[in-house]
Amino acid sequence: MEQKKDALLKIQNLSVSFRRYNHGLEQENLQVVSDLDLTVYPGEIVAIAGSSGSGKSILASAILGILPNNAKVDGNLYFKGETLTPQLQQQLRGTKIALVPQSIAFLDPLMKIGKQVDGHRRPKPVQTRKALFARFGLPQEIQYLYPFQLSGGMARRVLVSTALISDAELILADEPTPGMSLDQALEALQMFREIADQGKGVVLITHDLDLAFEFADRVAVFYAGTTVETAPASDFKKGPDALRHPYSKALWHALPQNGFHPIEGFQPYAGNLPPACLFAPRCPYATEKCRTQAPLLREVRGGEVRCYYGA
Amino acid sequence: MIQRLIRIFITNSLKMISLLLAVSIISFILVCASPIDPVQQYIFSLGTAVSPQQRAEIEEYWGVNEPPVERYLNWLGEVLKGNLGESAIYRRPVADIIGQRFLNSLALMISAWILSGLIGFALGCVMGLYQDRALDKILKKICYILSSIPTFWLGLLFLLIFSVWLGWFPSGFSSPIGVLSENVTVWQKIHHLILPALTLSLMSFSNIALHTRQKLIDVLHREYAQFARARGEGKWMLLRRHGLRNIMLPALTLQFASFAELFGGSVLAENVFSYPGLGSAVSAAGLNSDVPLLLGVTLLSTLFVCIGNMIANILYGIVDPQIREVHK
Ligand code: SF4
Repeated sequence: MEQKKDALLKIQNLSVSFRRYNHGLEQENLQVVSDLDLTVYPGEIVAIAGSSGSGKSILASAILGILPNNAKVDGNLYFKGETLTPQLQQQLRGTKIALVPQSIAFLDPLMKIGKQVDGHRRPKPVQTRKALFARFGLPQEIQYLYPFQLSGGMARRVLVSTALISDAELILADEPTPGMSLDQALEALQMFREIADQGKGVVLITHDLDLAFEFADRVAVFYAGTTVETAPASDFKKGPDALRHPYSKALWHALPQNGFHPIEGFQPYAGNLPPACLFAPRCPYATEKCRTQAPLLREVRGGEVRCYYGA
Repeated sequence: MIQRLIRIFITNSLKMISLLLAVSIISFILVCASPIDPVQQYIFSLGTAVSPQQRAEIEEYWGVNEPPVERYLNWLGEVLKGNLGESAIYRRPVADIIGQRFLNSLALMISAWILSGLIGFALGCVMGLYQDRALDKILKKICYILSSIPTFWLGLLFLLIFSVWLGWFPSGFSSPIGVLSENVTVWQKIHHLILPALTLSLMSFSNIALHTRQKLIDVLHREYAQFARARGEGKWMLLRRHGLRNIMLPALTLQFASFAELFGGSVLAENVFSYPGLGSAVSAAGLNSDVPLLLGVTLLSTLFVCIGNMIANILYGIVDPQIREVHK
């Protein structure tokens, strides 16, 4: 793949843990993300799917470098081939990498929309904002409104505008669809498709798996803070046989249109992770090896899988 | 919006009037029940001997022997006409004394109020921004220490350091001794004001500082602050764009609601610095059984505190609609 050279974002072996004190004395490290790998190319949407608690939202904060002080980050992050150092992250936040937050709780309740969309950088991108509002069919007058005065649909487009007003090349969208009707969700995802088609990279963090693979190019499946599989979105449409990891297959079977077969057991909590393969306790194919030695990510049929037996 | 504010204003005014009435009744009862004998005190202050005959006449003239309810109504009637009676120790109408002293006190309280508000707010912001770091921990300790030190002790300490040892500030009164009041310059007045005002504000800023700190920490943990960080805003930018906006009104409200503590503190500070304000008048009135002055100051201070609370309530009224609509 000659694309590989100019990956927009490349994450290798990312681990994030939080320091926590037990009863004020013992220090404990809570591992929330372990050995996570992800690559995003320009012009594509990579959906990150997984249930809540799988470390999806922490990933966005880790890329932006805005994790709380008690977080410890290991691993390699690259943006267009350059190592993402804290200094570089600071430069890129809001300029080259932009976050689309999930709800209007992420807007300052006491600041007017116009000022809020413009952001803090100078000169104020007033013209860009006007063009964006026009493009999204937002009335220009809403710049004088407060967030609570927006309708749900407007709020969503305003949130996307906050990201597009910068010339960000990488857009991180955190759970943009929950609570939306199907129409609204489709509209929102269509917006991201257009953004990606303009050559930007989009990371779509979501647990609406079926919506995600309609619009995404690739889907990364998260489980307990790691990527268990990365596959072309088309594989998810084809069905479980095209998928590589037992958990991805289980997710597929859990979808309503595929019979809604939930998978037994619970996702392990940070601080209580299995020693080797994180999925082993729930995996029907688990062997002794799976419980003692963590599987590495390997390429299988144009995707990647973290399983000894996935094929 | 305007209608809401008018409604708040009217309800608060009604509350204030009933509170004033209640306070006047209670203080009247307390004075009646206390061992203070105003007639004896008056006679004592005349400095001459008085025959039982004359004493009876004075009592008659003052209406001491009428039933308490009638006495209260008489007094209230006079107060409503603007007559607060005559002070026994100063021999001047209470209204005059209060008027003049209140100006002094007001100068003291307002400067202390502004000072404590500014220092408290600024320190609170710094502590909030540097939460749990060394700077925050040190400032927090200072706040706790200051808020547990008694005012008069701090006042004495300041007197000792700044006026006795260093001689930077005068040790008392509101103007230099031996200078006619017409000739006192504004600077001289300010010079006399600094130390008591500083003492008073040091006592009260820690409250606003700790409150501001907590508010700012809350704001910085909200989703919108997290998002602002994600857009590249640094600490100070975050404070400027979102912090101030969201903590300013609650802080102001708290500051207005602190009028009661301010008044209480000023009584102590004025006594330590022999500052001729209401605070020292009230303790003089209490110690010398000057009932009319005592009642007058009580009413005025109630009014003062009520006005502070009313402003606080009106400010809440301004913030409230936005907050309520957001949560809708
Ligand atoms: S490595 Fe073993 S336990 Fe883990 S998913 Fe694969 S088969 Fe299951």
